[in-house]
Order: sequence, then C-alpha cells, then structure tokens
Amino acid sequence: MTTVSQTALALDFPILERERLVYLDSAATSQKPRVVLDALEDFLAHHNANVHRGVYPLAIEADTCFNIGRAQIAAFVGAQPAETIITKNATEAINLVRYSWGPGNVGAGDAIVLTEAEHHSNIVPWQQLCEEVGAELRWLEVDDEGMISLDQLDEFLADGRVKMVAVTHCSNVLGTINPVEEVVARARAAGAASLIDGSQAVPHMAVNVDAIGADFYVWTGHKAYGPTGIGLLHGRREMLEAMPPFLTGGDMIKTVSFEQATFNELPFKFEAGTPPIAETVALGAAVDFIAGLGIERVRAHEEVITAYALSQLEAIPGLTIQGPPLARQRGGLVSFTLDCAHPHDVAEILGRDQVCVRAGHHCTQPLMKKLGLGATTRASFAVHNSTDDIDALVASLGRVIEIFGD
Amino acid sequence: MDDALYREEILEHYKRPHNFGPMEKPDRESFDTNPLCGDELHVMLKVDDGDVVEEVRFEGHGCAISQASASMISDEIKGMKLDDLARLDRSAILDLLGIDISATRMKCALLSLKVLKSAAIGTLADWEPDTADAARPAGGAPL
Repeated sequence: MTTVSQTALALDFPILERERLVYLDSAATSQKPRVVLDALEDFLAHHNANVHRGVYPLAIEADTCFNIGRAQIAAFVGAQPAETIITKNATEAINLVRYSWGPGNVGAGDAIVLTEAEHHSNIVPWQQLCEEVGAELRWLEVDDEGMISLDQLDEFLADGRVKMVAVTHCSNVLGTINPVEEVVARARAAGAASLIDGSQAVPHMAVNVDAIGADFYVWTGHKAYGPTGIGLLHGRREMLEAMPPFLTGGDMIKTVSFEQATFNELPFKFEAGTPPIAETVALGAAVDFIAGLGIERVRAHEEVITAYALSQLEAIPGLTIQGPPLARQRGGLVSFTLDCAHPHDVAEILGRDQVCVRAGHHCTQPLMKKLGLGATTRASFAVHNSTDDIDALVASLGRVIEIFGD
Repeated sequence: MDDALYREEILEHYKRPHNFGPMEKPDRESFDTNPLCGDELHVMLKVDDGDVVEEVRFEGHGCAISQASASMISDEIKGMKLDDLARLDRSAILDLLGIDISATRMKCALLSLKVLKSAAIGTLADWEPDTADAARPAGGAPL
C-alpha cells in the first residue's frame, strides 16, 4: 500500500514552498492545500452573492455552493446537514450550547463534568454558566499517562446531579484520544447531556458523530485544512429544536412583526446574520481533500510520524514527554519539556531553523497547573509532514541544548 | 555557539541569576505574570528612611529573556530612589539586554521592569509595554 508518507511530497501546499519551512504547528492551525485556496477563489471570483432569498441566477448559484459545502462538511463526519450549524469557530459553538441550552437545563445544585485537560474554550463557558445558575464543576482527573477514568465518571454521575459532560475528543496538549463513545453512553444512561470537542480529532482520525452519539459535537474549520472563520456544531435534532435561539437577527427568523418574531427551521434558527459563505465552500473542499486521501490513511500516516517523533524525542537526555506512551493512544502531536531551557526559548531557537512549533500553556492553564508546568513545547503533525520534519526538529533541539545545556 | 539573542551574558544571568531568592519582611513587593510564556515574577525591596533601595530580591520562573532581564536590572537599582525607579522606562531594560527584541518577546523582556515599577509605586503599575516599536523580524522573510 502506498502510504501518505510517500505521497506527502506530492501534496500541494503553497506555503510549504517557503524555503526550509518545517511546519509542526497544525494543532494550532493547519496549512491550506491548493485545492482549498482554489475553491475559495473560485467561489469569490465566479459565484459570489449573498445566500437565502436571492432570486437572480448568481444568488441561486451562491445558495447551491453554500448548501453543497454544508452537505460535504456534514457527510464527512456522518452528520445531517439540518443538524450541522455553522458558527464562527469551535469556541462559539460551545458558547451557543452554553447560552442556548444551559440556562434551561442546568440549575442550582446541578453539576457539569469536564476533564482536567480541556481547552479554555471548553472550560470558561461552563464555569460562567455554573456561576450564573449556582451549579458546580466536577473535574475528571487525567493520570500520569494522560488518561481519564471511566470509573471516576461513574462516581460523578451516581448522584444524578450531573446535567452535562463536556469532554475533548483529543487533547491538544497531551494528545490523548478519549473514549468518547463510552463517555457519551454513560452520560446518557445517567440522564446527562454530552458535548464532545472534536477540534483536534476531525482532521486526523475517522469521526462519525452519529455513531459517537453525543448531544453536541463541535469542531473548527481552520485546523482541518479549511479557512479561519468557520466552526461547526452538530446537535441532536430534538435537543436543537427544544433550544431557544442563541444570536438573533436576520436569517434566523421565519417572520418578524413590530411585536415579535418566529424562528426559522434548523439549522438556520442558530445562524443569525450572513454566514461565512466562502469559508463553508472552502471547508467543503478541505474535507473532500481529506476524504480523497482517505481518513484511515491519514490516521495511519500521522501515527507513524507520531511514533517516530516519540522514539526520537525520548532519546534526548533531559527531555520529558507529556501524555500517553504509545502513538496509537494519541492524536498527531507531542508536547514536551527540556530541563535546560524554557519552552519559549526552545521555540525561539527552533524558529531560527524555520522549525515551527508552539510554546506556552496551549490555552490549558488548569492542566499546566496539574502537570506542575508553566508551559510546554508542542510539535503537531499533518498529512504534509514526513519523518524528515522530525529529524529537523531533533537537530534543532540539539542546537537548543548546545546553547542552554551546561 | 554564537547567538545574538542568547548571548553569553544573558545566558549567564539566566543560569545563575543575581539577587535571586526570598526576602524576609520586604518593605515593598509586587508580583505579576506574563501569560504568553507563563513567566512569573515576584520582586521584593528593602528601602531606607529616604526611600532609597537598599536591597532587592526576586523569585520566579520563566524564559531566559524574562529571568535574565530581572537579574540584570536587579544589579542596577540598588541605591536608586523609589521615585526614580518608578520613572524608569523601557530603555533601562533594553539597553542592559543589548539585543533586538521581537514584538512577541517584548513582554518577556519588560516583565521585570513592570514588576519593579509596581513595587516602587505600591500598586500594580497601570502600564503595558508598548510593542509597536519592537524590532522587525530579521531574515528577509516576507511579512
């Protein structure tokens, strides 16, 4: 079988034509393949008009492009277009649930379960909701290998006070792939709703939101080879229908009078104002790009890269890797610390070699506190990476040790 | 290895910081963080009856730029009046570092100055480092 690794060189990412660029920051944002840039330009150059209610041919073309984009996006993750709400980003998708679903379903004395490894985007909205209604947060601990315990989840669920379990599919720091089907099933059995943050999962592993069965599944376009400015909320229809609108205004209404308004059907009820039309079209092209490679092959490729990175990094004295020991337990990213240098200095020196990694708290300050770290350096992988990129990372880390090691 | 940002003096201050450690009953102190790097800095001062700095200690952790700049400036402010300390501007630090600082690292470089000024003023300085005139990226990469 031809691996993506072998075809990786043939993949067309214009930005990688920059000299020597070793891009290992796809968990922050992915680079964009030419097919996505082409789709964006083609729409804006040849089909652009506002969507909904236009009657001239160009407007109908724009409607068609937009609808196809949403259908492609939904199909890629096994969701229904009507249950696929387009937002600004994953953060807004979570906030939509927090504001629209939260107040009617979480009250004083109730509880919300999160993991210690959540991104701030899946912490702060729930903290705010809890503060507002007098509910409490319960934190699923991550162990030394970055794993959560389903037994602890059961303990949390036992008293029947938990109304929401919100868990990341794949940790953006530890890389841990969480057992989300199990989490969702246990939450549902205990009468709690569930939300899965799939931002680090959708572009890297087969995700079927229908099979996972969460009440809400969110992700973002720009980490999935698409443009910024588009996020997704897939919700179960009965949940979405029971929820009041989030933002209100144009597009999300059926009728408006001087006194009141009635609201549009799904998914438009939750899409106030002009949506990110070109971004939807381009993200449609992006998921087609992934589907064209084959998500199973993408996963296999990134697992090879991750395993190679783990083995090479482990061999560096004074380097500590965070998260699960095995590549198959992880998404395509590795966070680490070096004894001799602060992550920010590491990233700065790597940057001199055009090795692009992220350093900092990765929007997971509670997790950093738990790990006893101020920051880590993170290398994250995508379809265009090869083991050469890992070799470049390791060589550059050698320079860091030369400068900082005693 | 020759590296402009991590020149020998800066690395020396980072690895073996001056005036580092706790202080019993400081007369003035201040604490702040730089969320970008996760840097934390706690500065403690002893001053005499004329509000002149007699002793300075700092504690914290962070990147080489923030920790080295704290170490370097700590050597400079002994004998300085609190009023003068409160009036120090960014050049005090940038001259000591003697290197080009990129926009993203300016907050690292200036954290120690901010915390020292806060200690001198007695409240968290209402002062954010202006990064507008930070050095442009070198290397000819298109911006």
